[in-house]
This record gives sequence, structure tokens and C-alpha cells, in this order.
Amino acid sequence: MNKFISIEKAVSQVKEGMTVMVGGFLANGTPNAIVDALAQSGVKNLTLICNDTAYPDKGVGQLIANKQVKKLIVSHIGTNPCTSEQMNSGELDIEFVPQGTLAERIRSGGAGLGGFLTTTGMGTIVAEGKPVVCVEGKEYLLEKPLRADIALVGASVGDKSGNLIYKGTSQNFNPLMASAADLVIAEISELVEVGELAPEAVRTPAIFVDYIVEK
Amino acid sequence: MEKDQIKQVIAKRVAMELKDGDVVNLGIGIPTLVPNYLKKGVEVILQTENGMLGMGPAPEEGKENPELTNAGGGYITALAGASSFDSATSFGIIRGGHVDVSILGALQVDEKGDLANWMIPGKKTPGMGGAMDLLVGAKKVILAMEHTAKGNPKIMKKCTLPLTAAGQVDMIITEMGVIEVTPQGLVLKEIHPEFTVEQVKAATEAALIIADDLKPMAV
Repeated sequence: MNKFISIEKAVSQVKEGMTVMVGGFLANGTPNAIVDALAQSGVKNLTLICNDTAYPDKGVGQLIANKQVKKLIVSHIGTNPCTSEQMNSGELDIEFVPQGTLAERIRSGGAGLGGFLTTTGMGTIVAEGKPVVCVEGKEYLLEKPLRADIALVGASVGDKSGNLIYKGTSQNFNPLMASAADLVIAEISELVEVGELAPEAVRTPAIFVDYIVEK
Repeated sequence: MEKDQIKQVIAKRVAMELKDGDVVNLGIGIPTLVPNYLKKGVEVILQTENGMLGMGPAPEEGKENPELTNAGGGYITALAGASSFDSATSFGIIRGGHVDVSILGALQVDEKGDLANWMIPGKKTPGMGGAMDLLVGAKKVILAMEHTAKGNPKIMKKCTLPLTAAGQVDMIITEMGVIEVTPQGLVLKEIHPEFTVEQVKAATEAALIIADDLKPMAV
């Protein structure tokens, strides 16, 4: 099965109004070639799920700067002044999620779970409106799963079938997001033949990846 | 005290709380200075929330690896024996109680050990990042912070800013002294020789219990 597509084809999969997950942590691990092209495309009204909004001129921060995002589900926006400006002016709707809760909600979305229980956020505004569940005398918040129409992930090494490996700290949200979207596009920096990756080194199994863009 | 000296005093005292082999997570700002002051024979394992245990110092110029960064986006190195992982595993390590000490800064902290450090409504909302998980998950939470902000107390009777976590702070270390959060309230255990108890009380909105064996701050 040939999973290769051009960057243009990858970007054309992202349509107005869609919910999009983008991997990366302050743009490390972000599929930057696809995201740069997405910023050029001008597609609007996106719901963006990502850890942070990087920088105005780098990574998903460009999508914010270009006002392509109407709703943002995120843990940190402190590195991108455009995000707080649009939040304060009411142009951008932001749901702040603690980073561990964001990761686990996405993992739940990909793992077929109805959510999970955590003490993170208890006693804060994060807890407002959420069910509290008592387990063995301890109270937890019920946090719901997250899924997306499309996930864009960035891998350091990948084979032509879509098995992915992440170097350094570029892994972050990528393997989680690759499991939690209807369509998954992986941008691979170093492409190798099928069979060259040790099975136990693979972090994202190829079955999660629909399309590959070679960087 | 000059700003630089304040930071050094705090970082040096915080470093004394760390034991050999501790798994430690450092917040941004003063906490990042703490490893510079570790005693001989004390080696800690630094966790960075974006997905690594065994974080080493910043690389030499020209040796930066764009795929190897910390939670502030700065370049780092990986020490021998380091491991990297995804964000769910990283926060499993944090929430699961596998981090011994979390060292963070604060906008406000109060008598109950409630902490606010993620938003100032109407002014600044950077987001909580990993702070809410670190506070509830780490075995011990130490605040490394200046005692006041522009002369205004940060150690309050009750936090007025939105909380990051309720009742999770164990210890507050400032340039004025060392304060433990106890069920009875805030106990001043050590005081910096440059200050009097009256001065510390005046800079603190919360009630301070003065330890019977109040010691000079060990710096």
C-alpha cells in the first residue's frame, strides 16, 4: 500500500471547521513542513488541539497568528503573544487543560476509553462542571476523551509503511495523537525501507498512519 | 540584597533539600539554578515534563540538537543513562508519585499550602502547562520564590488568584527564610541573618508561627 502524498495533498485534507491535532512541544516534534504549508493555505475555523501555541512565526503559532483557529484546546500559550491577544479580544475560544490531563485525554481517545480519573485540577477552576468520582475514599475528576478529524505528527525516522521513531524529546504528544484521529498524516525526516527498523524500537505502529509526507 | 544574590541564596538553600538519587523536576526561573549548588556526592535525576529523565546541562555552542529540548524550549543534553518517552508516560511518572521533588515558582501561596501561579485574570494567562500535575503528583513540593513582589506580600492568608492546586505545597524557600507548611499553619524554621523576625512578619500577609528552634538560614 502506497501511503506517500505531497505536502499539498496533505494540507488539502484539512478542511474548514475541522478538529486538528498537531504534535510537538514548542515546535520540537511538530511536522513543520506540513504546518508551514497549512499556514500558507489559509484554511479557517479550525479547532486546534496541541500542547502549546509555540511562537508567532514557528510551528502551530503561525496558524494562530494567521487567525485560522477559532477554538484551541491547549496547556500553555505563554510563548505566543498572538494567542493571548486573540483570547482577550474574544476572537479565540480557549480551553486550558493541564498538560498531563491533555495527554491522557488524547490517549483515552485513541485507546477506546470513556475517559479517566485524576486528582489534577481538584480545587481549581479546571474542576468546574466536571463530575467527581470517589474511589476507595479518594475523590477524582472525571476527564473525557479527546479525538480529532485529523492528526498531524512529526517523526525523526520512519519506514515506508509508516512505522515511526522519535529522537530526543521530539516524541511528546505525537504517538498519542497518532492513535486518536480519523486520519493521520506523518511527516518523516529520515525515511528507511520496510524491515530496517527494529520492531521493539517503533513507537508508533504503522497501522495508525494513513499518509506519509517525506520532509 | 541584590536581585542576583536573592536568586543565589534561594537556589543554594533549595539544593540542600535534595538527596542523592532523587528524581527532581525544575520549574522555570530560580529553580533552574538549583543544580549549580548541589553538594558533592549528591546526584539527582532531572525529569523534564516534555519527556525525558536524565536531562543534562545546556550543550556547548554549535552542538545544539533541535530534537533535544526542555520544557522551556531551551537546548539540553541527555546524560548517559537518560531515557525519553511520550507525554502520557511523562505525566504518568509525575502523577504516579515517581518524582521525589518538584521545585516551582509562585505568584501567591497561602496558609493552607494552596498555590496560584498560572493566571492573573484580565492581565496574563500563560496557562498551567504541567504545573497542576506536578503539584498533585510529586512527593514533595518546594516553592523557590522571592518573598515579595514589588514590595507586596506573596505569602497570603488566602490566595486571591485562581489556584493551580489546593493544599499541595510542603515548603517555601525565599531570600528571607525557610517556611514549612504544616496542619497548624506556616512555620518559620530558618531566617536569613540579614533579616529580623519582625521584618519577615511585615513582608508576609499570612500568620507565621515562629519555630521554637528557629535557626539561621543555612546558606
